[in-house]
Amino acid sequence: MANKQTSNRLNSVVKLEALRNAILAERNPNKPCITVCGGTGCLALGAEGVIAGIKRGIEKGGLEGKLALRITGCPGFCEKGPLVVIKPENILYQQVKAADAAEIVSETVKGNIVDRLLYVDPDTGKKTTYESDVPFYKKQKRLLLSDNSSIDPTKIEDYLALGGYAALGKVLSNMTPEGVISEVKRSGLRGRGGGGFPTGAKWETCRKAEGEKRYVICNCDEGDPGAFMDRSLMEGNPHSVLEGMIIGAYAIGSHEGYIYVRNEYPLAVKNAEIAIKQAEEYGLLGKNILGSGFDFSVKISRGGGAFVCGESTALMASLEGKVGEPRAKYVHTSDKGLWEQPTNLNNVETWANVPLIIDNGADWYAKIGSEGGRGTKIFSLVGKINNTGLIEVPMGITLREIIYGIGGGIPDGKKFKAVQTGGPSGGCIPESFLDLPVDFDQLDKAGSMMGSGGMIIMDEDSCMVDIAKYFINFLEGESCGKCLPCREGLKRMSQILADITEGRGKEGDIDLLERLSATLVDCSLCALGSTAPNPVLTTLRYFRDEYEAHIKDKKCPAGVCKALVAYSIDEEKCPGCGLCVKACPVEAITDMGKKKPVILDKEKCIKCGACYDVCKLGAVIRK
Amino acid sequence: MKAEVKPTGQKIKSILARHQSDPGMLVPILQDVQVEYNYLPREALVLVGEGLDIPLSQVYSVASFFKAFSLKPRGRHLINVCLGTACHVRGAGRVLDEVERKLGIKSGETTKDLKYTLETVNCVGACALGPIVVIDGNYTGEMTGSKVKPLLESYK
Repeated sequence: MANKQTSNRLNSVVKLEALRNAILAERNPNKPCITVCGGTGCLALGAEGVIAGIKRGIEKGGLEGKLALRITGCPGFCEKGPLVVIKPENILYQQVKAADAAEIVSETVKGNIVDRLLYVDPDTGKKTTYESDVPFYKKQKRLLLSDNSSIDPTKIEDYLALGGYAALGKVLSNMTPEGVISEVKRSGLRGRGGGGFPTGAKWETCRKAEGEKRYVICNCDEGDPGAFMDRSLMEGNPHSVLEGMIIGAYAIGSHEGYIYVRNEYPLAVKNAEIAIKQAEEYGLLGKNILGSGFDFSVKISRGGGAFVCGESTALMASLEGKVGEPRAKYVHTSDKGLWEQPTNLNNVETWANVPLIIDNGADWYAKIGSEGGRGTKIFSLVGKINNTGLIEVPMGITLREIIYGIGGGIPDGKKFKAVQTGGPSGGCIPESFLDLPVDFDQLDKAGSMMGSGGMIIMDEDSCMVDIAKYFINFLEGESCGKCLPCREGLKRMSQILADITEGRGKEGDIDLLERLSATLVDCSLCALGSTAPNPVLTTLRYFRDEYEAHIKDKKCPAGVCKALVAYSIDEEKCPGCGLCVKACPVEAITDMGKKKPVILDKEKCIKCGACYDVCKLGAVIRK
Repeated sequence: MKAEVKPTGQKIKSILARHQSDPGMLVPILQDVQVEYNYLPREALVLVGEGLDIPLSQVYSVASFFKAFSLKPRGRHLINVCLGTACHVRGAGRVLDEVERKLGIKSGETTKDLKYTLETVNCVGACALGPIVVIDGNYTGEMTGSKVKPLLESYK
């Protein structure tokens, strides 16, 4: 083992380039390669069966020399998973089942296309052969995500073949730490974790701070519900994150780093562990990296399932083996962070941008995006949207382009109501803002924030008071309890919102919510508390009429709040098919025989909505 | 059943050794202990505190702070209903209601026969499939109330 490590170790940039050339020389770029997405989304949809089937097909036919199989990270189009892409042409097969595997193998080897697995554009009814022609992909700018579908994340060679670690080589052989910082500063890169703080300036502060040691941390504690950008990068291309961290550590003068990964992301942990091991083996991590004399090592730490640990000081407390409580930031973590030493923390996506900037130059990077944010941003587009998935777009694109151009609009012909950005700290943006360019500054102006990049689409069936209640309940549960405004304020807000949604709302409740919000914004210790009222404040700003309907008329216009709705049967529409009778979990609906409308017992009804969901004839009324 | 195994000094020692007995690795250490015993038995917490030379109160404060840890034995099957925003707007609350009703327990509880433990999670990041229920690490997407019964029955 020890011998093997010495033999693989690269002790100069020249050797790195020689290895890259050797890898490329071994590969035939024209050999067809079947790539299958092995990301969490596609695995949940049954990708494992597809992978096994393709493996079997290749083995059975003895096709190893003619056909390659690669299990990759997430290309983003989760809605249509499991996804299979045939390289080098990039033919996209969607919703592939295990039963399709044999045919994919036999047709690909003949150079044919399996027509029935191609994507059909719902607007035109036309089939699309290539990935880049699918509207979902066409309007994106995929600088970070594009490599996800070409790389087996467990193979460093795949990353090297695409030019991986070249930026690190450039930095270690040609650039001073100050030069790296100035390049990152000029690029205009801002933190992708939510705050949007200029990355280069943060590095500079940390480099200049006094301390015995300096630490760099990668924040992969992606806690915003509905956001999974960081997970996909860490799962799909962990070396790009590592390379960014090593470059950052060199610029800052740090020799120890941590990746803090959320406990709910087992595959991200696994792939990051493999990546670290491989990088160590090649001498890209550890002592004397690429013979430059620079040392840097990285450890992984799994989170314990606490949202507040996404906050930098809480995360560092947790890394020290303590309870994940934040502290007041009179002294910034770049001066005194982990173990009281200067510490630089950036999020996964920020780190992954670094090699791109070094490879292509700050000028190239600064041309992408808008005034309010340079480069691209990855968003997870979820909720009531046709094309759920991960998208990467240049900053400054409008919400309309994202939701209708890429997302394909709202399902079932429903009407768009709002988009929630920025996770629990963000806000809900109404239809009148659809032409808003998406960047850090514009979203702030609308009362929301960029956050880490979750975008949850809501339609006419979403109740905005319920959404506000959802986030406040979430935050109440996640508040660490250290400071009073957050601990007690959120509790009171949650009680008031429960009253409003359960028919006990009274005049003055809205005022009280606004006053409590102001207290939280001004007096909370950390950003969890000070941004917590955003979902309430934005829904009050844009959807006050819904609050008033709940309080004054005791009605939930969207029909979501259980206590304020009742179910009944439209006797004229009901054909007595009995579907709802079977669906009802509490036997509240009685079958009266064929062609006779069913009877719903309101005493027994628990308002679960099962009957409403199964009835396709609109005979169940929810009011 | 794992939950009945008594924590031994040797087991805990090997877990501590895996993390170089670094007190900074307390969270990952407790995670490994939980994988071993299915929950965090008191005896194990005592041994961890002794092994790392930190007070039991600190071990306990961390063990009770983080959601991922359980101080009570858990059931054979761990059910996690995702309550992330995307699942929420697609009706995850009604799915949770139905699971609670079918099992006769609330979220955070374990059935008397130690068969099921019910928990909720704030997003597993597979939002395209929402609402999602994860049982023993297996994801089932596009859940509805009526799919709860057959799903539970498939985990004996």
